[in-house]
Amino acid sequence: MPDLLQQLLNGLSQGSIYALIAVGYTMIYGIIQLINFAHGDVIMVGAYVALGCALMGLGLIPSLAIAMLTCAILGVIIERVAYRRVRPVSRLAALTSAIGVSLFLEYTMMYFLGADIRTFPAGFFPERTYSLLGVTINNKDLLVLGTTLVLVIILQYIIYRTRTGKAMRAVSFDGQAAQLMGVNVNSTVAITFFIGSAMAAAAGLLYGIYFNTVQPLMGLMPGLKAFIAAVLGGIGSVPGAMLGGILLGMTESLVAGFGGSMYRDAVAFIILILVLLIRPTGLLGKGVQEKV
Amino acid sequence: MKKYFSTIIICLVLAVFFVAVQLGINSGFISGYWVTNLYLVGINIILAASLNLINGFTGEFSLGHAGFMAVGAYSSAIITANLGLPFPLAVIVGMLAAAITGLLVGLPTLRLRGDYLAIATLGFGEIVRVVLMNIDYVGGASGLMGIPAMVNWPLIFFSVVLSLLLIRNFICSSHGRACLSVRENDLAAQMMGVNITYYKVLAFVIGASLAGLAGVLYAHYYTVLQPREFSFMLTFDVLVMVMVGGLGSLTGSVVGAVLITIASAFLQAIPELRMVIYAALLILSAVFRPQGLLGEKEVSLKILQKLGGVLNGTVGSKQAH
Amino acid sequence: MEGVVIVKFFKKKSKAYVALFTALVFLFGVFASGCGGGESKTAGEDVIKVGVNFELSGDVATYGTSCKNGIMLAFEEINAQGGVLGKKIEALVQDNKSQNKEARNIAEKLISEGVVAIIGPAVTGAVKIQETVATPAKIPVLAPAATAPDVTYDEKAQKVRDYIFRVCIIDPDQSLVMANYIYDELGLKNGAIMVDKNNDYSVGLGETFKEFFTAKGGKIVAEEGFVSTDTAFKPQLTSIAAKKPDFIYVPAYYNQVGLIVKQARELGIDLPVMGADGWDSPKLVELAGAENLNKCYFTNHYSVEDPSEKIQNFIKAYEEKYKATPDAFAALGYDSAYLLVKAIEQAGAADSQKIRDALENIEGFEGVTGKLSYDEKHNPIKEISIIELVDGKQKLVKKMQPEH
Repeated sequence: MPDLLQQLLNGLSQGSIYALIAVGYTMIYGIIQLINFAHGDVIMVGAYVALGCALMGLGLIPSLAIAMLTCAILGVIIERVAYRRVRPVSRLAALTSAIGVSLFLEYTMMYFLGADIRTFPAGFFPERTYSLLGVTINNKDLLVLGTTLVLVIILQYIIYRTRTGKAMRAVSFDGQAAQLMGVNVNSTVAITFFIGSAMAAAAGLLYGIYFNTVQPLMGLMPGLKAFIAAVLGGIGSVPGAMLGGILLGMTESLVAGFGGSMYRDAVAFIILILVLLIRPTGLLGKGVQEKV
Repeated sequence: MKKYFSTIIICLVLAVFFVAVQLGINSGFISGYWVTNLYLVGINIILAASLNLINGFTGEFSLGHAGFMAVGAYSSAIITANLGLPFPLAVIVGMLAAAITGLLVGLPTLRLRGDYLAIATLGFGEIVRVVLMNIDYVGGASGLMGIPAMVNWPLIFFSVVLSLLLIRNFICSSHGRACLSVRENDLAAQMMGVNITYYKVLAFVIGASLAGLAGVLYAHYYTVLQPREFSFMLTFDVLVMVMVGGLGSLTGSVVGAVLITIASAFLQAIPELRMVIYAALLILSAVFRPQGLLGEKEVSLKILQKLGGVLNGTVGSKQAH
Repeated sequence: MEGVVIVKFFKKKSKAYVALFTALVFLFGVFASGCGGGESKTAGEDVIKVGVNFELSGDVATYGTSCKNGIMLAFEEINAQGGVLGKKIEALVQDNKSQNKEARNIAEKLISEGVVAIIGPAVTGAVKIQETVATPAKIPVLAPAATAPDVTYDEKAQKVRDYIFRVCIIDPDQSLVMANYIYDELGLKNGAIMVDKNNDYSVGLGETFKEFFTAKGGKIVAEEGFVSTDTAFKPQLTSIAAKKPDFIYVPAYYNQVGLIVKQARELGIDLPVMGADGWDSPKLVELAGAENLNKCYFTNHYSVEDPSEKIQNFIKAYEEKYKATPDAFAALGYDSAYLLVKAIEQAGAADSQKIRDALENIEGFEGVTGKLSYDEKHNPIKEISIIELVDGKQKLVKKMQPEH
């Protein structure tokens, strides 16, 4: 029994990181229907920026803030340079461009900083381990869970309680109609990238601390998994992404913990395919009527 | 008569190319390095053209090509390396296995639209890779060794030509037009009585079996198979060839496959910047030429004639000055 | 007149044609330059060309890059001392993107450019695929880090692969030494194994370890796997802990081992953890934390704490050039380069066949990673060091000769 609890807890932390990445994915997909493959690599950039701050002696909160701001700007630049022109022309071309951005970020980073794994300086985040009812909890678990919760709540507030959020919802519902109603679509999309990429940076920092690794290809797998989580929860839905991420994290943990570690990645994709077949709109997604 | 004329010209050009390359290989004029690249170009053309059939002509967004290729490669390698049966059987089994997998994957998933299909097929490809990694019979992670080397220039050449011919004839047939109608507007196509599921699956199965053929050639040229070779990055490479050449242009896929393979070979000499340049080119080509080099157009003799005329024309106008 | 009309027409629809045209020109240029390349290569007779085929991008880029850095450092030193046989070494460095097909492609290219030998690639699969090209061309290959026995010895045909030599020790030697040490000297009888299933090096070590350890009378109570891209190991560790083993054998590379040890300690698992030469990197301590690595042992070719002048000089030079501490890959790459140069020296000529023969007869080559001679299967006969980690420092426990 403590084993099962421990496994669920392991999954919860992993899942929260997925959730944080998935939130950015789901927002961007929701608004421009583009699988932003570069999102995973924004996480990586965020982790590197935070690492740089940490090495310069900054604390956790300032590092987080600087990483989020840098990546937010990076996200806006990516959208402006690589997506804006292509999006209306062809979705496949936009995806190609996204793959290009992804490779560009990975290998530019590798060119300048090498392929080596880097780690946060010891003491950047003082770790503590607690034991409770046969279950071990690390304060990193709490940090990851807490940060994710706070950021998702802030995000929900922005989306449902502010004018910007209203504009974002309008654009994702129907871009053209929103434009006719006076919403500036381009700047709304830019803001979405701004916020989504900031979330990615936070995820990058948390990932970097939680696993104590920062390297140029770190964003690839979590990025893909987060997309699965976003689809699982219902694309376009922020609470859905959160739920999807945590569910995925827990499932993976159970699969790996009970003998199927080799099939962990495959199980994630099988879940994805099943969800798509049975309920394409995901757990919390709204059904979309096909317009004729 | 005129119709046959162009066919004859094309056949002649192909025959001359075929013989010239064969002589070049025999005499050692084309070095081993270029032979490898030539074969790789051939395999990539088959991959790009078959992916184009699914993505470009039918308008379905599949990212499962690495998976189909792996199925073809591994099943054919089992025939020759593990069971010691003849190579022609391996070709048939490889293509059939890929086709059946295509059918099994296609039937349920092709109901999905756009990006959902993309991510589902991508998932399928990854599942294939993980499963292969866990089967000891095919060597697991360390891979399948000792596959007999069977690939030579005639095999590559005729595989490419026959694959392209198959796709071209399919597109130009009534089936192909039905596929195009599905791409343009599937709802309208359905109303006109086109069985859209049938055509989607049909194109998907043909594309998968050709990817399987590419896998067979790959296995029997490189003689070593490892599951990690068939990650989704391979599908991305093929997708890039299709995109650069032009979505919905068969000759475009040929151009794309040739360009990308050669460009990749040339960038080997600058290892540090190789992928950076490759990525930058990708973004630039997508942003400034989202429809690909050829768009939906085909290179045909007509265009070449025009091009020839243009060249003559420019020469002529220069003389006039 | 007609020309003008066509020109106008051309201008209208120009874009696609221009693009097509440039593509064709580009292609033509490419083929022309490719064919022309053959003539210029005999120009520089005063250099010896050596191919360096490594994973410099893609998923195993860390290993390839380390190897390459070690090799380039060695060649730099050799050239600064006047080269070999009065000629300078020219290293042709190529990136195989961590893809087998590219590795073969590059091997062909290097051979056509007239290299006398090839060093690389780092991983087993790529070396095997390169063999299919190098052996027919009679070009010797030095594999710095490919540990699978099959790389140099064709087990199906029961025949040594004539042109392939390795610099690292093979899997069974390391796992045998470790199994003996754990069973005999530490007195631990129940083990758990955790391997990287994506990596034949790791799988090979795990399998042979299990064989040797159970043959001695030990028991393997848990076997878990992971894949190279994994970062979350707590699920597997939790289930291993439930089976109550006395130790965990994790023969994998440092970037995963670091995380595994750290996560094990975070779960309160205080068992000894053992591994192999893939552990050797200063990154291991960074990743896992110094105190977490207490009670950890691994087998290696050498120890960075070894006070020998050769080793310390290498570490100093490497740190100066690359601003990083070398790992086992860098050391093996460095040795490969020196080994090749010694073979060229003994061959007396930059001739592939003679270099191959010289390599086969190498006796007592003194490298950073130990003394090396080849057995009949082209495997180096080296002593294996068992190293214990004490507060993040490597401590040499014992040197053992693997005796089967």
